[in-house]
Amino acid sequence: MPSLLFEQGEPGRGSTFVVDAGKPADYLDSSLLRKDLPLPDLAEFEVTRHFVALSHRNFSVDTNFYPLGSCTMKYNPKLNEAVSAFSGFADLHPLVDDGCAQGALQMMWRLERTLTSLFGMEAFSLMPCAGAHGELTAMLMAKKYHRDRGDDKRATCIVPDTAHGTNPASAAMVGYKVVSVPSTPQGRTDLAALRAALDETVAVCMMTNPNTLGLFEDDIVEMTKAVHDAGGLMYYDGANANAIVGLCRPGDMGFDLMHLNLHKTFSVPHGGGGPGAGPVGASARLAPYLPVPRVLKRDSDGKGAEFALDVAAPNSIGPVRVFASHFIALVRAYAYIVVHGLDGLRRNSQLAVLNANYVRERVKDLLTVPYADRCRHEFVCSAEDLKKMTGVRALDIAKGLLDAGIHAPTMYWPHVVPECLMIEPTETETKQTLDGFVEVLRGLVTQAHADPDSMRELPRNTAVRRVDEAQVGRLANKGIGLRWTPGG
Amino acid sequence: MYAPHTEHDIREMLGVLGVESLDALSAPPRGLEIARELDVPPAMPESVAYQHLRDLSRKNQPGDAEASFLGAGAYRHYQPPAVPYLATRSEFITAYTPYQAEASQGSLQAIFEWQTYICLLTGLDVSNASVYDGSTALVEGVIMASQATGSKRVVVSAALHPGYRAVLKTYADGMGIEIVDAALHSDGTTKIPASMDGAAALVVQSPNFYGCIEDVAACADAAHKAKALCVEVIVEAMSLGALKTPGESGADIAVGEAQSFGLPVGYGGPYVGFVATTKEHVRRLPGRLVGATHDVDGRKAYVLTLQGREQHIRRELASSNICTNQALCALFATIYLATVGAHGLRSIAAANMARARDLRKALLSIVGITAPLGAPFFNEFVVRLPLAARTVVDALKRHDIVAGLPLSRLGAGDERDLLVCATETTSADGIARFVARLQEVMQHAVAAV
Repeated sequence: MPSLLFEQGEPGRGSTFVVDAGKPADYLDSSLLRKDLPLPDLAEFEVTRHFVALSHRNFSVDTNFYPLGSCTMKYNPKLNEAVSAFSGFADLHPLVDDGCAQGALQMMWRLERTLTSLFGMEAFSLMPCAGAHGELTAMLMAKKYHRDRGDDKRATCIVPDTAHGTNPASAAMVGYKVVSVPSTPQGRTDLAALRAALDETVAVCMMTNPNTLGLFEDDIVEMTKAVHDAGGLMYYDGANANAIVGLCRPGDMGFDLMHLNLHKTFSVPHGGGGPGAGPVGASARLAPYLPVPRVLKRDSDGKGAEFALDVAAPNSIGPVRVFASHFIALVRAYAYIVVHGLDGLRRNSQLAVLNANYVRERVKDLLTVPYADRCRHEFVCSAEDLKKMTGVRALDIAKGLLDAGIHAPTMYWPHVVPECLMIEPTETETKQTLDGFVEVLRGLVTQAHADPDSMRELPRNTAVRRVDEAQVGRLANKGIGLRWTPGG
Repeated sequence: MYAPHTEHDIREMLGVLGVESLDALSAPPRGLEIARELDVPPAMPESVAYQHLRDLSRKNQPGDAEASFLGAGAYRHYQPPAVPYLATRSEFITAYTPYQAEASQGSLQAIFEWQTYICLLTGLDVSNASVYDGSTALVEGVIMASQATGSKRVVVSAALHPGYRAVLKTYADGMGIEIVDAALHSDGTTKIPASMDGAAALVVQSPNFYGCIEDVAACADAAHKAKALCVEVIVEAMSLGALKTPGESGADIAVGEAQSFGLPVGYGGPYVGFVATTKEHVRRLPGRLVGATHDVDGRKAYVLTLQGREQHIRRELASSNICTNQALCALFATIYLATVGAHGLRSIAAANMARARDLRKALLSIVGITAPLGAPFFNEFVVRLPLAARTVVDALKRHDIVAGLPLSRLGAGDERDLLVCATETTSADGIARFVARLQEVMQHAVAAV
């Protein structure tokens, strides 16, 4: 266990970064200054060894198979990293005149047009920082849309039980009451139950398609029609968009609003939990509500800059962050798009579907696959039957995978499947890796039958083993154990 | 193409499934096929794509860091090479959110260290794992104050960054929060409103948008007398290396932007927002929190905690909907702070103050330029020019000089007012070039009259 930075170093250690300019008290009255600055002084080599040691205690896509459902842990091409570091992008201040940012704005404009076309929307805003931020942006747009029409009674948001888990919290942020709709035994949203939930108070229905069972909502056109007939809007959660790029479009399904996770579908690295990018798309009637600024291409009249950041949108909800976008993340996504083109993007989605179905087919005789239909880019299986026979749970299987150097699938989501494991291999894994995964799973199921108690001891080979989450939670409630403090 | 499948692989895998073709396997339900041409750029070989992106990057004019005087919420500081070198290691950059503690101790410990740094810098008890940026951190801080007090009204200093205020307004409109402005003294600092009864919080930025250092302690006192919280906003994190901390001033919540700690300005992002508070409000913190614990063998371990507040557990009752945050950006900042240490941060903060004073002296030595605001400043301040600030910015960009922000561009001041900033990357030569070109523009303007 590497000790904390705060337990290392010695005062005065470290490099010199600037020409000596004295100390803050040379410039300001001491009443305006902090009394002390209790940060450790470390040699650069200490810092280097520390963070390299920490990096060795992580699983990552570059080091491990990472079949985490609905998270799309695909390979992140290194081209993305190289081009995002160009000085013309990295050193460009967000408040320079548009005339100084023509390359950046051209890229953003091209990216917006591409996303708009690929997903069948009228326009996209590139501003939201992540998927949940995109969801919230769309809820703010929906609320303003209904309000501007004088339709003040719309206060509920319908969320199927197989939708992406963040949706209810996003709807609640704007004051919507969340109504859940169940799924059928076939793993699709129950159309009759959806219809029954519709009335004049429905503001939005948030759907994920394919849903988190990895199944395409076959009745989607009827569903969007029913919601529209009731005066509600349809929201497409793009968490699972890696299944559909170039194959079908949310706009054609009737969705009014949607978000994408560029860090899932378009290969922006996840960074250990962000930064992401969550562009929001809108149909013609919702597009005027998109956040500002947006990138515009002006007619070439010879005057002014060709591309501009436009803030003149009277119906816009306003900005959802201070500057126009997670620009450097957009550069990565754009690079991914231009090396693939439409055919390459479509093929990636097709191969993602192939990999998921291949694994699904091969794990059928190991764990219960509760839905008969072929899946899209991910599928769920259940350890419920295994648990009944052996007492071994999905959690134990997941921890066993860690021991084999495989990241755990998403667990216990969606709730409709007991002892659920949600598996998304992505298109960038080889058949050999998938075959290896199935064999590891087979070994764990065999072990579960032979020696179930040993499964609760897993993992054994990871940097730490199962941790005490209850104790830390009790202390954290009082604000304890959330930081290093002097004296430990 | 990065997918590894050969035609042989595909045939073999389709054979296992008993499906004819990839198209048959992945087709959408009938009627949803795409029936039109799509507007997607044609595929480029990797070398061509590289060149294309380089060409686009070269169409931008970032200006020379030595002669870049534009701040206003994004600051060009020196980035020690160790920071990107370490932070972009595969094991950090290609990991997911650390839900699986056993497989994520590296990310988790780094977040725990970030939380500690933010506490040490702000003088407050607890910090979360990061939020999207400074402006959304402000929104989260206001939501926390609203929940803590049960009030839906916030008093906001008129010297809050106008972009931050606009973001707050977007959220407030959707959440039914009322924003009341607190006016300014003539020296550029916030006038504490006579009455704030019934308000959730007084929000004050320091140094404020105009660069002025606020008396946050007086703001906090007044807020507390009115049973409101004081939310301090820090947009230039480098100031934390020198200025009185939110904790010392009695602020209840500190929110801000840590881009200055090792992140490039990057045309606006990604950056990293922080939210810190007192123990009392720990459960109201939005987003991820990492706590220290032990594993079954008694080894020290880190883990995401208080997930009961979060969207994926508490769903519509969550304290915030934030999910993905800015882990990698927080890692950049953590490595930056580790690399520079107390010694380095203090000296860099002093260098910022020194360069800004050099700049101010040089600008005010030009006849016709004044400084309209008298309050003490850190590395940013307003000058009033004898002509439109936009004219100056336009003219100087031809000389690779980024002159600053005309306040009128954000609707935040007279058209002659220019907000300028200097950092440790500003050079004496850069200042001299700025002054020389500015004098040329002024003479040209006089001649034109």
